[in-house]
Amino acid sequence: MSAPRMPIESGVPDPFPYMHPTLKKNFGQWKYHDRPRPGVLHHVAKTGEEVWTVRAGTQRQMDTYTIRKLMDIADQFADGYVRFTIRSNIEYMVTDEKKVQPLIEKLNAEGFPVGGTGNSVSMISHTQGWLHCDIPGTDASGAVKALMDELYHEFTHEEMPNRVRMTTSCCQINCGGQGDIAINIQHTKPPKINHDLVANVCERPSVVARCPVAAIRPAMVNGKPSLEVDEKKCICCGACFPPCPPMQINDPEHSKLAIWVGGKNSNARSKPTFHKLVAAGIPNNPPRWPEAAAVVKNILGAYKKDAKEWERMNEWIDRIGWPRFFELTGLPFTKYHIDNWRGGRVNLNASAHIRF
Amino acid sequence: MATKMHKTPMLDQLESGPWPSFVTGLKRLANDEGKPYADMMKDLLGQLETSYNTRKGYWKGGTVGVVGYGGGVIPRFTELLDENKKPLFPKAAEFHTLRIMPPAGMHYTTDIMRKFCDVWDKYGSGLIAFHGQSGDIMFQGCTTENVQPAFDEMNEMGFDLGGAGPAVRTGMSCVGAARCEHSCANEQKIHRTLVNRFLDDMHRPALPYKFKFKVSGCPNDCMNAIQRADMATIGTWRDDMKVDQAEVKNFVNAKGRKYVIDNVITRCPTQALSLNDDDTLAVDNKNCVRCMHCINVMTKALSPGDDKGVSILVGGKRTLKIGDLMGTVVVPFMKLETDEDFEALEELAGNMIDFFAENALEHERTGEMIERIGLVNFLEGIGVEIDPNMITNPRMNPYVRMDGWDDEAQKWFERKAG
Repeated sequence: MSAPRMPIESGVPDPFPYMHPTLKKNFGQWKYHDRPRPGVLHHVAKTGEEVWTVRAGTQRQMDTYTIRKLMDIADQFADGYVRFTIRSNIEYMVTDEKKVQPLIEKLNAEGFPVGGTGNSVSMISHTQGWLHCDIPGTDASGAVKALMDELYHEFTHEEMPNRVRMTTSCCQINCGGQGDIAINIQHTKPPKINHDLVANVCERPSVVARCPVAAIRPAMVNGKPSLEVDEKKCICCGACFPPCPPMQINDPEHSKLAIWVGGKNSNARSKPTFHKLVAAGIPNNPPRWPEAAAVVKNILGAYKKDAKEWERMNEWIDRIGWPRFFELTGLPFTKYHIDNWRGGRVNLNASAHIRF
Repeated sequence: MATKMHKTPMLDQLESGPWPSFVTGLKRLANDEGKPYADMMKDLLGQLETSYNTRKGYWKGGTVGVVGYGGGVIPRFTELLDENKKPLFPKAAEFHTLRIMPPAGMHYTTDIMRKFCDVWDKYGSGLIAFHGQSGDIMFQGCTTENVQPAFDEMNEMGFDLGGAGPAVRTGMSCVGAARCEHSCANEQKIHRTLVNRFLDDMHRPALPYKFKFKVSGCPNDCMNAIQRADMATIGTWRDDMKVDQAEVKNFVNAKGRKYVIDNVITRCPTQALSLNDDDTLAVDNKNCVRCMHCINVMTKALSPGDDKGVSILVGGKRTLKIGDLMGTVVVPFMKLETDEDFEALEELAGNMIDFFAENALEHERTGEMIERIGLVNFLEGIGVEIDPNMITNPRMNPYVRMDGWDDEAQKWFERKAG
């Protein structure tokens, strides 16, 4: 028998063989850019060379027919090169301005929205969900498709005060990341434990160690070694579920959606921030999650109307204050908004700064 | 028995609406009679529709990989079984993902993309995600048997598996110098230097938990590196920002003084800008914190300086287990031009990974380890001197033993003098 093929440990590929020739030629030599219209970036190099980038939204999880269609478009208009953004938008680089409009028309005709630049709502960065994750509380691609249908106008127009970056996460680990608006699963009940399976499936000390609030302890249940949860201490985070699947946290009824706002990755103006809880208890309601979409649109509407130019979501709320945010959105303010996690006291108002 | 198309009334509702529909794509593959993936995609739709009805997920992990590597494949086996413990959707009972690292900056030729499609039509499901949150191309849906030949073909094309599990993970870098005037660093080179130096720690997972590198060419941090990377490398500059006063005047002329005052001058976080009476701009570069705002607004008039380099922040991560953490400045500024500069970067990263490997608890990220042991212990462990750029403000609580004060003060003066 022949020896098995060993991998070529080549690592991250060199991008230059895959890079548009104008980008390669002007690498590190760009001078400025502007945005002639939503979805189009125009970059000018110090050499005077110009490139127009047309950005289009995709469904991220793409069938090979869709990919080949996008590649045919790239061959026809963009010299056979593309790139992707961190938010799964595809970018076509063209060096002839006259090709920009026909390219946009072609993309639109094939069902791909052109936008996601500047002060628009870009594509939602998301996770795997029911399609591929082993611990999902909800779906990702479906929820994002439903939301982007609702936010289509905001993707294809630049009408927001500043850019809006949204994320979704299918469990509380928050793989979707921080966002101006984040739509994340929030479990509301402790795990349901199948004690018959724990001893065989779970490495019990690791599971005990995984709990952020030390609510899990080893126990004998029905004569078998298992684990028990102090339900008064349990914060229903689901951290025990990945290392111990018999501790089922996902619940069709009680796994809800929560919405968080004000996460910002950029250092522009203010320092980067994490998102904050604004709404919870939203039903996990496939296939179109209308209740979640309504809350998102409500928040976006208030932001669009009230924020000043260049204010990101968190900067707008910093200016107007949280009482006004809850007033403008009509969302209820509850005891759950008041942080009691370690270090959470810095999130309380220790001043006489109050808006009347 | 031929696999039937399952009824998917829930998923069908995601075919309408203006945004591109992944369901339409899945159905197209499922209906592609005669293709090797058609039956797999029929059953995948069956399982996904079940999830939409019951609001539960049905995948479990396992152990699937390629010869020579210990990670990079995400195994998925169905948990939807009938009363005889046979899969309800047998053709999609194995639905593994191959994480493949894209070229740095996610550039592709149409030729390589079509080759990916050919490989995945032959061995996989025909479903590819560009890209996962980790920054990988996700080739989703492969039987255990086909994982090896699919990887072999892509490996021969010049592509390698990314990270999974307690390992160095796939990195990310922005478009950067390839198409952005804000770029202060050679992002793709930093990205490739760091990840490719630690491929052994990527492909043979043996760290306490994951370790991620992300590279953004300027403080706009388009890669969310500070929030998400164990080691975030952010381009910056330390000389004066460049101002083209003629373009400043053009901007003021076009937008008006009020716009410039409201949206540029007063939005500077350290009041380092002032609009002169003659519509030129005065910049207090000593107090500029390189936030990028004014440069973002006035792209023609303003740009980063010439003395470019990077800031390095360590310990960013998502929620599990102690809550989200931002990265912390560990290197305020570092030049990255010569081979020696890049060797120093590799050495720093190596020191951090070594320290992490030896000192983090199981399933503890770098940021959590720093939280547990304190930044000073971490810095001593990796051989980096303290710097006031690492803090927002000094300690606020007097409960600390400080009998080494004179020695520490002396060290500071000696370092300043040196």
